[in-house]
Amino acid sequence: MTDTAAQGTPPHDTPAPPMAMLAELTHRCPLACPYCSNPLELIGRKAELGTAQWAGVLRQAAELGVLQLHLSGGEPAARRDLEDITAAASGAGLYTNLITSGVGLTCARVRALAAAGLDHVQLSVQGPDAASADEIGGYRGGFARKLEVALWVGEAGLPLTLNAVMHRRNLDRVDQMIALACELGARRLEVACVQFHGWATLNRGALMPTRAQAARASAAVKAARERLKGVLVIDFVPPDHYARYPKACMGGWGSTGLNVMPDGTVLPCHAAMTIPGLVFERVPERALAEIWRHSAAFNAFRGEAWMQEPCRSCERRHLDRGGCRCQAMALAGDPAATDPTCVKSPLNARLRAAAEADSEAAGTLTYRPAPA
Amino acid sequence: MSAETSLAETIPDAARPALLGGVRTHWDKVRGRWFLLAPERAIALDEIGRAILAEADGARSFAEIVDRLAARYDAPRARIAGDARAFLAALIERRMAEARR
Repeated sequence: MTDTAAQGTPPHDTPAPPMAMLAELTHRCPLACPYCSNPLELIGRKAELGTAQWAGVLRQAAELGVLQLHLSGGEPAARRDLEDITAAASGAGLYTNLITSGVGLTCARVRALAAAGLDHVQLSVQGPDAASADEIGGYRGGFARKLEVALWVGEAGLPLTLNAVMHRRNLDRVDQMIALACELGARRLEVACVQFHGWATLNRGALMPTRAQAARASAAVKAARERLKGVLVIDFVPPDHYARYPKACMGGWGSTGLNVMPDGTVLPCHAAMTIPGLVFERVPERALAEIWRHSAAFNAFRGEAWMQEPCRSCERRHLDRGGCRCQAMALAGDPAATDPTCVKSPLNARLRAAAEADSEAAGTLTYRPAPA
Repeated sequence: MSAETSLAETIPDAARPALLGGVRTHWDKVRGRWFLLAPERAIALDEIGRAILAEADGARSFAEIVDRLAARYDAPRARIAGDARAFLAALIERRMAEARR
Protein backbone atom coordinates (compact mmCIF):
# COMPACT_ATOMS: atom_id res chain seq x y z
CA MET A 1 0.00 0.00 0.00
CA THR A 2 1.22 3.51 -0.75
CA ASP A 3 1.36 6.41 1.68
CA THR A 4 -1.20 8.37 -0.30
CA ALA A 5 -4.14 7.09 1.67
CA ALA A 6 -2.50 7.34 5.05
CA GLN A 7 -1.38 10.94 4.69
CA GLY A 8 -4.07 12.37 2.44
CA THR A 9 -3.23 14.71 -0.39
CA PRO A 10 -2.32 18.31 0.39
CA PRO A 11 -5.22 20.69 1.04
CA HIS A 12 -7.47 20.48 -1.96
CA ASP A 13 -9.13 23.28 -3.87
CA THR A 14 -12.59 23.69 -2.42
CA PRO A 15 -14.50 20.66 -3.74
CA ALA A 16 -17.92 21.07 -5.32
CA PRO A 17 -20.72 20.45 -2.81
CA PRO A 18 -22.18 16.94 -2.50
CA MET A 19 -25.46 16.15 -4.23
CA ALA A 20 -26.55 13.24 -2.04
CA MET A 21 -26.18 11.95 1.48
CA LEU A 22 -26.90 8.49 2.83
CA ALA A 23 -27.89 8.59 6.50
CA GLU A 24 -27.51 5.19 8.15
CA LEU A 25 -29.88 5.92 11.02
CA THR A 26 -29.27 2.58 12.69
CA HIS A 27 -27.54 -0.71 12.00
CA ARG A 28 -30.34 -2.64 13.69
CA CYS A 29 -32.33 -4.73 11.24
CA PRO A 30 -34.83 -7.59 11.51
CA LEU A 31 -33.49 -9.15 8.32
CA ALA A 32 -30.29 -11.17 8.12
CA CYS A 33 -29.39 -10.91 4.44
CA PRO A 34 -26.20 -12.80 3.60
CA TYR A 35 -25.06 -9.91 1.34
CA CYS A 36 -25.57 -7.17 3.94
CA SER A 37 -23.67 -4.05 2.85
CA ASN A 38 -23.23 -2.58 6.30
CA PRO A 39 -19.66 -2.69 7.68
CA LEU A 40 -18.34 -5.83 9.34
CA GLU A 41 -18.29 -4.01 12.66
CA LEU A 42 -21.82 -2.86 13.31
CA ILE A 43 -22.67 0.08 15.55
CA GLY A 44 -24.94 -0.74 18.49
CA ARG A 45 -28.05 1.12 19.55
CA LYS A 46 -26.38 2.95 22.43
CA ALA A 47 -23.93 4.72 20.12
CA GLU A 48 -26.62 5.98 17.71
CA LEU A 49 -27.13 9.74 17.29
CA GLY A 50 -30.33 11.05 18.87
CA THR A 51 -33.23 12.77 17.12
CA ALA A 52 -31.99 16.32 17.69
CA GLN A 53 -28.46 15.40 16.62
CA TRP A 54 -29.74 13.92 13.36
CA ALA A 55 -31.91 16.99 12.78
CA GLY A 56 -28.80 19.17 13.16
CA VAL A 57 -26.79 17.01 10.76
CA LEU A 58 -29.59 17.19 8.19
CA ARG A 59 -29.74 21.00 8.39
CA GLN A 60 -25.98 21.10 7.92
CA ALA A 61 -26.29 18.80 4.92
CA ALA A 62 -28.85 21.08 3.26
CA GLU A 63 -26.67 24.14 3.92
CA LEU A 64 -23.68 22.34 2.41
CA GLY A 65 -25.63 21.72 -0.81
CA VAL A 66 -26.99 18.19 -0.42
CA LEU A 67 -30.20 17.86 -2.48
CA GLN A 68 -31.06 14.19 -2.07
CA LEU A 69 -31.19 12.50 1.32
CA HIS A 70 -31.46 8.74 1.69
CA LEU A 71 -32.67 7.56 5.08
CA SER A 72 -31.26 4.09 5.40
CA GLY A 73 -29.86 1.57 7.84
CA GLY A 74 -29.94 -1.26 8.86
CA GLU A 75 -33.68 -0.83 8.87
CA PRO A 76 -34.54 2.83 9.45
CA ALA A 77 -38.05 1.89 10.62
CA ALA A 78 -36.38 0.29 13.65
CA ARG A 79 -36.10 3.86 14.94
CA ARG A 80 -39.23 5.13 16.66
CA ASP A 81 -38.28 8.71 15.74
CA LEU A 82 -38.13 8.06 11.98
CA GLU A 83 -41.15 10.35 11.50
CA ASP A 84 -39.43 13.19 13.41
CA ILE A 85 -36.20 12.75 11.47
CA THR A 86 -38.19 12.78 8.22
CA ALA A 87 -39.91 16.02 9.26
CA ALA A 88 -36.52 17.56 10.04
CA ALA A 89 -35.19 16.52 6.63
CA SER A 90 -38.20 17.84 4.80
CA GLY A 91 -38.08 21.06 6.84
CA ALA A 92 -34.46 21.54 5.76
CA GLY A 93 -35.61 21.36 2.11
CA LEU A 94 -34.04 17.96 1.37
CA TYR A 95 -35.60 15.55 -1.13
CA THR A 96 -36.14 12.69 1.28
CA ASN A 97 -36.03 9.05 0.27
CA LEU A 98 -36.68 6.17 2.65
CA ILE A 99 -34.71 3.00 1.93
CA THR A 100 -36.51 0.22 3.76
CA SER A 101 -37.13 -3.51 3.91
CA GLY A 102 -40.70 -2.60 4.89
CA VAL A 103 -40.46 -4.55 8.14
CA GLY A 104 -41.44 -2.26 11.00
CA LEU A 105 -43.74 -0.10 8.91
CA THR A 106 -47.51 0.00 9.40
CA CYS A 107 -50.21 1.73 7.40
CA ALA A 108 -50.35 4.45 10.06
CA ARG A 109 -46.60 4.97 9.99
CA VAL A 110 -46.51 5.27 6.19
CA ARG A 111 -49.24 7.90 6.41
CA ALA A 112 -47.36 9.74 9.14
CA LEU A 113 -44.16 9.67 7.09
CA ALA A 114 -45.99 11.10 4.08
CA ALA A 115 -47.47 13.83 6.29
CA ALA A 116 -43.97 14.55 7.62
CA GLY A 117 -42.86 15.35 4.08
CA LEU A 118 -41.34 12.11 2.83
CA ASP A 119 -40.83 12.30 -0.95
CA HIS A 120 -40.17 8.72 -2.04
CA VAL A 121 -39.92 5.14 -0.81
CA GLN A 122 -37.40 2.59 -1.99
CA LEU A 123 -38.53 -0.86 -0.93
CA SER A 124 -36.09 -3.78 -1.07
CA VAL A 125 -37.21 -7.19 -2.31
CA GLN A 126 -35.11 -10.29 -1.88
CA GLY A 127 -36.95 -12.41 -4.42
CA PRO A 128 -40.09 -12.47 -6.62
CA ASP A 129 -42.03 -14.80 -4.29
CA ALA A 130 -42.41 -15.36 -0.55
CA ALA A 131 -40.48 -18.63 -0.28
CA SER A 132 -37.31 -17.48 -2.01
CA ALA A 133 -37.41 -13.91 -0.68
CA ASP A 134 -37.91 -14.92 2.94
CA GLU A 135 -35.20 -17.54 2.70
CA ILE A 136 -32.63 -14.96 1.60
CA GLY A 137 -33.80 -12.30 4.06
CA GLY A 138 -33.88 -14.82 6.89
CA TYR A 139 -37.21 -13.39 8.03
CA ARG A 140 -40.45 -15.27 7.59
CA GLY A 141 -43.38 -13.06 6.62
CA GLY A 142 -41.11 -10.37 5.22
CA PHE A 143 -42.33 -10.74 1.65
CA ALA A 144 -46.00 -10.54 2.64
CA ARG A 145 -45.28 -7.37 4.61
CA LYS A 146 -43.54 -5.81 1.59
CA LEU A 147 -46.63 -6.33 -0.55
CA GLU A 148 -48.69 -4.49 2.07
CA VAL A 149 -46.15 -1.70 2.36
CA ALA A 150 -46.17 -1.18 -1.41
CA LEU A 151 -49.94 -0.80 -1.25
CA TRP A 152 -49.78 1.70 1.65
CA VAL A 153 -47.10 3.72 -0.12
CA GLY A 154 -49.34 4.02 -3.18
CA GLU A 155 -52.35 4.96 -1.06
CA ALA A 156 -50.30 7.67 0.62
CA GLY A 157 -49.52 9.11 -2.81
CA LEU A 158 -45.79 8.44 -2.57
CA PRO A 159 -43.74 7.21 -5.53
CA LEU A 160 -42.30 3.72 -5.14
CA THR A 161 -39.03 2.22 -6.29
CA LEU A 162 -38.45 -1.49 -5.91
CA ASN A 163 -34.87 -2.46 -5.17
CA ALA A 164 -34.22 -6.05 -6.19
CA VAL A 165 -30.91 -7.43 -5.00
CA MET A 166 -29.79 -10.11 -7.42
CA HIS A 167 -27.37 -13.03 -7.23
CA ARG A 168 -26.99 -16.57 -8.49
CA ARG A 169 -30.16 -17.81 -6.80
CA ASN A 170 -32.51 -15.25 -8.36
CA LEU A 171 -30.78 -13.65 -11.34
CA ASP A 172 -32.58 -15.94 -13.78
CA ARG A 173 -35.88 -14.64 -12.40
CA VAL A 174 -35.30 -11.02 -13.32
CA ASP A 175 -38.42 -11.03 -15.53
CA GLN A 176 -40.52 -12.04 -12.53
CA MET A 177 -38.99 -9.18 -10.54
CA ILE A 178 -39.93 -6.80 -13.34
CA ALA A 179 -43.49 -8.16 -13.39
CA LEU A 180 -43.69 -7.75 -9.60
CA ALA A 181 -42.57 -4.12 -9.86
CA CYS A 182 -45.33 -3.43 -12.40
CA GLU A 183 -47.91 -5.25 -10.30
CA LEU A 184 -47.00 -3.20 -7.23
CA GLY A 185 -47.27 0.08 -9.15
CA ALA A 186 -43.58 0.95 -8.85
CA ARG A 187 -42.29 3.73 -11.09
CA ARG A 188 -38.73 2.52 -10.86
CA LEU A 189 -36.96 -0.78 -10.41
CA GLU A 190 -33.35 -1.15 -9.43
CA VAL A 191 -31.92 -4.49 -10.47
CA ALA A 192 -28.78 -4.45 -8.36
CA CYS A 193 -26.40 -7.37 -8.42
CA VAL A 194 -24.72 -8.11 -5.11
CA GLN A 195 -21.47 -6.26 -4.49
CA PHE A 196 -19.09 -8.76 -2.95
CA HIS A 197 -17.67 -6.57 -0.19
CA GLY A 198 -17.71 -7.01 3.58
CA TRP A 199 -20.17 -9.62 4.81
CA ALA A 200 -21.09 -10.65 1.25
CA THR A 201 -17.56 -12.01 0.67
CA LEU A 202 -18.46 -14.84 3.07
CA ASN A 203 -21.16 -15.85 0.61
CA ARG A 204 -19.31 -15.70 -2.67
CA GLY A 205 -19.61 -19.45 -3.12
CA ALA A 206 -23.36 -19.36 -2.51
CA LEU A 207 -24.29 -16.19 -4.39
CA MET A 208 -21.77 -15.41 -7.16
CA PRO A 209 -23.72 -15.44 -10.44
CA THR A 210 -22.40 -17.22 -13.49
CA ARG A 211 -21.20 -15.28 -16.51
CA ALA A 212 -24.06 -16.75 -18.57
CA GLN A 213 -26.61 -15.58 -15.99
CA ALA A 214 -25.19 -12.07 -16.08
CA ALA A 215 -25.49 -11.96 -19.87
CA ARG A 216 -29.07 -13.30 -19.82
CA ALA A 217 -30.15 -10.79 -17.15
CA SER A 218 -28.62 -7.94 -19.08
CA ALA A 219 -30.57 -8.94 -22.20
CA ALA A 220 -33.80 -9.34 -20.20
CA VAL A 221 -33.44 -5.85 -18.73
CA LYS A 222 -32.75 -4.36 -22.14
CA ALA A 223 -35.88 -5.95 -23.61
CA ALA A 224 -38.02 -4.91 -20.64
CA ARG A 225 -36.85 -1.30 -20.85
CA GLU A 226 -38.06 -1.13 -24.42
CA ARG A 227 -41.35 -2.89 -23.64
CA LEU A 228 -42.09 -0.77 -20.55
CA LYS A 229 -41.08 2.66 -21.80
CA GLY A 230 -43.10 5.28 -19.92
CA VAL A 231 -44.37 2.63 -17.46
CA LEU A 232 -41.34 1.45 -15.49
CA VAL A 233 -37.82 2.88 -15.38
CA ILE A 234 -35.22 0.16 -14.81
CA ASP A 235 -31.73 0.82 -13.46
CA PHE A 236 -29.38 -2.11 -13.79
CA VAL A 237 -26.20 -2.66 -11.77
CA PRO A 238 -24.52 -5.64 -13.45
CA PRO A 239 -22.13 -7.93 -11.59
CA ASP A 240 -18.88 -6.02 -11.97
CA HIS A 241 -16.68 -9.11 -11.84
CA TYR A 242 -17.80 -9.85 -15.41
CA ALA A 243 -17.74 -6.25 -16.67
CA ARG A 244 -14.98 -4.86 -18.89
CA TYR A 245 -14.47 -1.65 -16.97
CA PRO A 246 -15.13 -0.71 -13.35
CA LYS A 247 -17.94 1.50 -12.13
CA ALA A 248 -17.20 5.07 -11.05
CA CYS A 249 -17.98 4.17 -7.47
CA MET A 250 -19.92 6.95 -5.73
CA GLY A 251 -19.41 8.96 -8.93
CA GLY A 252 -15.85 9.49 -7.71
CA TRP A 253 -14.51 9.57 -4.14
CA GLY A 254 -15.54 12.74 -2.32
CA SER A 255 -17.13 14.20 -5.45
CA THR A 256 -20.86 13.55 -5.32
CA GLY A 257 -21.99 11.89 -2.13
CA LEU A 258 -21.25 11.14 1.48
CA ASN A 259 -22.38 8.65 4.05
CA VAL A 260 -23.11 9.18 7.75
CA MET A 261 -22.99 6.16 10.05
CA PRO A 262 -25.39 5.68 13.00
CA ASP A 263 -22.84 7.20 15.42
CA GLY A 264 -22.17 10.24 13.22
CA THR A 265 -18.97 9.00 11.55
CA VAL A 266 -18.80 10.58 8.09
CA LEU A 267 -17.53 8.41 5.23
CA PRO A 268 -16.90 9.00 1.52
CA CYS A 269 -18.69 5.68 0.87
CA HIS A 270 -20.32 3.04 3.02
CA ALA A 271 -17.37 0.65 2.83
CA ALA A 272 -14.61 3.22 3.32
CA MET A 273 -13.73 1.90 6.78
CA THR A 274 -12.18 -1.15 5.12
CA ILE A 275 -9.29 1.07 3.99
CA PRO A 276 -6.62 1.14 6.67
CA GLY A 277 -4.84 4.37 7.49
CA LEU A 278 -7.79 6.67 6.86
CA VAL A 279 -9.08 8.65 9.83
CA PHE A 280 -12.80 9.38 9.74
CA GLU A 281 -14.29 12.27 11.67
CA ARG A 282 -17.67 12.58 13.29
CA VAL A 283 -20.58 14.94 13.41
CA PRO A 284 -21.60 16.74 15.50
CA GLU A 285 -18.07 17.13 16.93
CA ARG A 286 -16.87 18.59 13.63
CA ALA A 287 -19.04 20.48 11.15
CA LEU A 288 -20.17 18.42 8.16
CA ALA A 289 -18.92 21.09 5.72
CA GLU A 290 -15.45 21.04 7.27
CA ILE A 291 -15.28 17.26 7.07
CA TRP A 292 -16.40 17.34 3.43
CA ARG A 293 -13.92 20.04 2.44
CA HIS A 294 -10.90 19.46 4.62
CA SER A 295 -10.70 16.00 6.14
CA ALA A 296 -7.72 13.93 4.97
CA ALA A 297 -9.95 10.91 4.36
CA PHE A 298 -12.14 12.82 1.87
CA ASN A 299 -9.12 14.35 0.16
CA ALA A 300 -7.24 11.03 -0.07
CA PHE A 301 -8.67 10.00 -3.45
CA ARG A 302 -10.04 13.26 -4.84
CA GLY A 303 -8.83 14.33 -8.23
CA GLU A 304 -6.27 12.18 -10.04
CA ALA A 305 -2.96 12.83 -8.28
CA TRP A 306 -3.28 9.59 -6.28
CA MET A 307 -3.67 7.40 -9.37
CA GLN A 308 -1.09 4.85 -10.43
CA GLU A 309 -0.61 3.20 -13.79
CA PRO A 310 -2.56 1.98 -15.70
CA CYS A 311 -5.13 4.56 -14.45
CA ARG A 312 -2.84 7.59 -14.53
CA SER A 313 -2.50 7.63 -18.32
CA CYS A 314 -5.81 5.91 -19.13
CA GLU A 315 -8.26 7.75 -21.39
CA ARG A 316 -11.14 6.46 -19.25
CA ARG A 317 -9.88 7.90 -15.97
CA HIS A 318 -12.39 10.81 -16.06
CA LEU A 319 -15.22 8.33 -16.63
CA ASP A 320 -14.59 5.70 -13.99
CA ARG A 321 -11.99 7.41 -11.79
CA GLY A 322 -10.13 4.15 -11.39
CA GLY A 323 -13.20 2.34 -10.05
CA CYS A 324 -13.88 1.42 -6.45
CA ARG A 325 -11.19 2.24 -3.86
CA CYS A 326 -12.53 -0.30 -1.39
CA GLN A 327 -12.49 -3.04 -4.00
CA ALA A 328 -8.90 -2.11 -4.89
CA MET A 329 -8.06 -2.45 -1.20
CA ALA A 330 -9.86 -5.75 -0.81
CA LEU A 331 -8.57 -7.43 -3.96
CA ALA A 332 -5.25 -5.73 -4.70
CA GLY A 333 -4.26 -4.85 -1.13
CA ASP A 334 -3.74 -1.23 -2.20
CA PRO A 335 -6.52 1.39 -2.19
CA ALA A 336 -4.71 3.44 -4.87
CA ALA A 337 -4.45 0.50 -7.29
CA THR A 338 -6.62 0.10 -10.37
CA ASP A 339 -9.89 -1.60 -9.42
CA PRO A 340 -9.22 -5.25 -10.37
CA THR A 341 -12.61 -5.43 -12.12
CA CYS A 342 -10.95 -3.39 -14.92
CA VAL A 343 -9.55 -5.41 -17.84
CA LYS A 344 -6.43 -3.26 -17.64
CA SER A 345 -5.66 -4.36 -14.09
CA PRO A 346 -2.90 -6.97 -13.85
CA LEU A 347 -5.14 -8.81 -11.37
CA ASN A 348 -8.17 -8.94 -13.67
CA ALA A 349 -7.61 -12.45 -15.05
CA ARG A 350 -7.27 -13.83 -11.54
CA LEU A 351 -10.40 -11.97 -10.38
CA ARG A 352 -12.46 -13.37 -13.24
CA ALA A 353 -11.19 -16.88 -12.67
CA ALA A 354 -12.06 -16.64 -8.98
CA ALA A 355 -15.54 -15.33 -9.77
CA GLU A 356 -16.14 -18.14 -12.25
CA ALA A 357 -14.91 -20.74 -9.77
CA ASP A 358 -17.19 -19.32 -7.05
CA SER A 359 -20.12 -19.27 -9.44
CA GLU A 360 -19.78 -23.06 -9.77
CA ALA A 361 -19.30 -23.65 -6.02
CA ALA A 362 -21.99 -25.16 -3.80
CA GLY A 363 -21.75 -22.72 -0.92
CA THR A 364 -24.28 -22.47 1.89
CA LEU A 365 -25.66 -19.16 3.13
CA THR A 366 -24.00 -17.42 6.07
CA TYR A 367 -26.61 -15.06 7.52
CA ARG A 368 -25.84 -11.74 9.09
CA PRO A 369 -26.56 -11.47 12.81
CA ALA A 370 -28.01 -8.18 14.10
CA PRO A 371 -25.99 -5.86 16.37
CA ALA A 372 -26.67 -5.48 20.08
CA MET B 1 -43.99 7.15 -37.77
CA SER B 2 -41.72 10.17 -37.35
CA ALA B 3 -40.35 11.23 -33.96
CA GLU B 4 -42.48 14.39 -34.12
CA THR B 5 -45.72 12.49 -34.74
CA SER B 6 -44.86 10.19 -31.86
CA LEU B 7 -44.34 13.17 -29.51
CA ALA B 8 -47.61 14.75 -30.63
CA GLU B 9 -49.34 11.51 -29.66
CA THR B 10 -47.63 11.49 -26.26
CA ILE B 11 -48.72 15.08 -25.60
CA PRO B 12 -51.66 16.22 -27.78
CA ASP B 13 -52.51 19.93 -27.72
CA ALA B 14 -55.46 19.35 -25.40
CA ALA B 15 -53.54 17.26 -22.85
CA ARG B 16 -52.74 18.86 -19.51
CA PRO B 17 -49.16 18.09 -18.52
CA ALA B 18 -48.05 17.98 -14.88
CA LEU B 19 -45.26 16.61 -12.76
CA LEU B 20 -46.06 13.36 -10.99
CA GLY B 21 -46.31 13.27 -7.20
CA GLY B 22 -42.90 13.09 -5.56
CA VAL B 23 -41.33 15.18 -8.33
CA ARG B 24 -40.74 18.88 -7.75
CA THR B 25 -38.70 21.89 -8.74
CA HIS B 26 -36.29 23.22 -6.15
CA TRP B 27 -34.28 26.43 -5.94
CA ASP B 28 -30.77 25.42 -4.90
CA LYS B 29 -29.39 28.42 -3.09
CA VAL B 30 -25.94 26.85 -2.72
CA ARG B 31 -25.41 26.41 -6.49
CA GLY B 32 -27.67 29.33 -7.46
CA ARG B 33 -29.86 27.38 -9.88
CA TRP B 34 -33.08 25.43 -10.25
CA PHE B 35 -33.22 21.64 -10.05
CA LEU B 36 -35.89 19.09 -10.77
CA LEU B 37 -35.88 16.62 -7.88
CA ALA B 38 -37.27 13.14 -8.47
CA PRO B 39 -36.66 9.64 -7.09
CA GLU B 40 -32.89 9.07 -7.30
CA ARG B 41 -32.47 11.97 -9.72
CA ALA B 42 -31.55 15.64 -9.51
CA ILE B 43 -31.66 17.38 -12.88
CA ALA B 44 -30.32 20.90 -13.34
CA LEU B 45 -32.92 23.07 -15.08
CA ASP B 46 -32.20 25.90 -17.47
CA GLU B 47 -34.45 28.95 -17.74
CA ILE B 48 -36.72 27.45 -20.39
CA GLY B 49 -37.12 24.11 -18.60
CA ARG B 50 -38.01 25.91 -15.42
CA ALA B 51 -40.51 28.11 -17.29
CA ILE B 52 -42.20 25.10 -18.92
CA LEU B 53 -42.58 23.31 -15.59
CA ALA B 54 -43.91 26.43 -13.89
CA GLU B 55 -46.76 26.42 -16.44
CA ALA B 56 -47.39 22.67 -16.43
CA ASP B 57 -49.79 22.61 -13.49
CA GLY B 58 -52.16 19.89 -14.65
CA ALA B 59 -54.89 22.47 -15.37
CA ARG B 60 -53.56 24.29 -18.45
CA SER B 61 -53.58 22.49 -21.78
CA PHE B 62 -50.37 22.02 -23.70
CA ALA B 63 -51.64 24.53 -26.30
CA GLU B 64 -52.27 27.17 -23.61
CA ILE B 65 -48.83 26.61 -22.15
CA VAL B 66 -47.23 27.14 -25.55
CA ASP B 67 -49.28 30.34 -26.10
CA ARG B 68 -48.18 31.75 -22.77
CA LEU B 69 -44.50 30.91 -23.28
CA ALA B 70 -44.51 32.24 -26.84
CA ALA B 71 -45.96 35.53 -25.57
CA ARG B 72 -43.60 35.78 -22.65
CA TYR B 73 -40.43 35.03 -24.59
CA ASP B 74 -41.58 36.69 -27.82
CA ALA B 75 -40.56 33.52 -29.67
CA PRO B 76 -42.05 31.62 -32.63
CA ARG B 77 -44.90 29.40 -31.43
CA ALA B 78 -43.74 26.38 -33.46
CA ARG B 79 -40.29 26.44 -31.91
CA ILE B 80 -41.63 26.75 -28.36
CA ALA B 81 -44.07 23.89 -29.04
CA GLY B 82 -41.27 21.67 -30.35
CA ASP B 83 -38.98 22.38 -27.39
CA ALA B 84 -41.71 22.00 -24.77
CA ARG B 85 -43.00 18.75 -26.30
CA ALA B 86 -39.56 17.16 -26.41
CA PHE B 87 -38.78 18.29 -22.86
CA LEU B 88 -42.06 17.06 -21.37
CA ALA B 89 -42.07 13.81 -23.36
CA ALA B 90 -38.61 12.97 -21.98
CA LEU B 91 -39.91 13.51 -18.44
CA ILE B 92 -42.96 11.35 -19.16
CA GLU B 93 -40.77 8.56 -20.46
CA ARG B 94 -38.67 8.78 -17.29
CA ARG B 95 -41.82 8.58 -15.11
CA MET B 96 -41.46 12.09 -13.74
CA ALA B 97 -44.42 13.72 -15.47
CA GLU B 98 -47.77 12.83 -17.04
CA ALA B 99 -50.04 14.26 -19.72
CA ARG B 100 -53.56 14.24 -18.30
CA ARG B 101 -56.33 13.67 -20.83
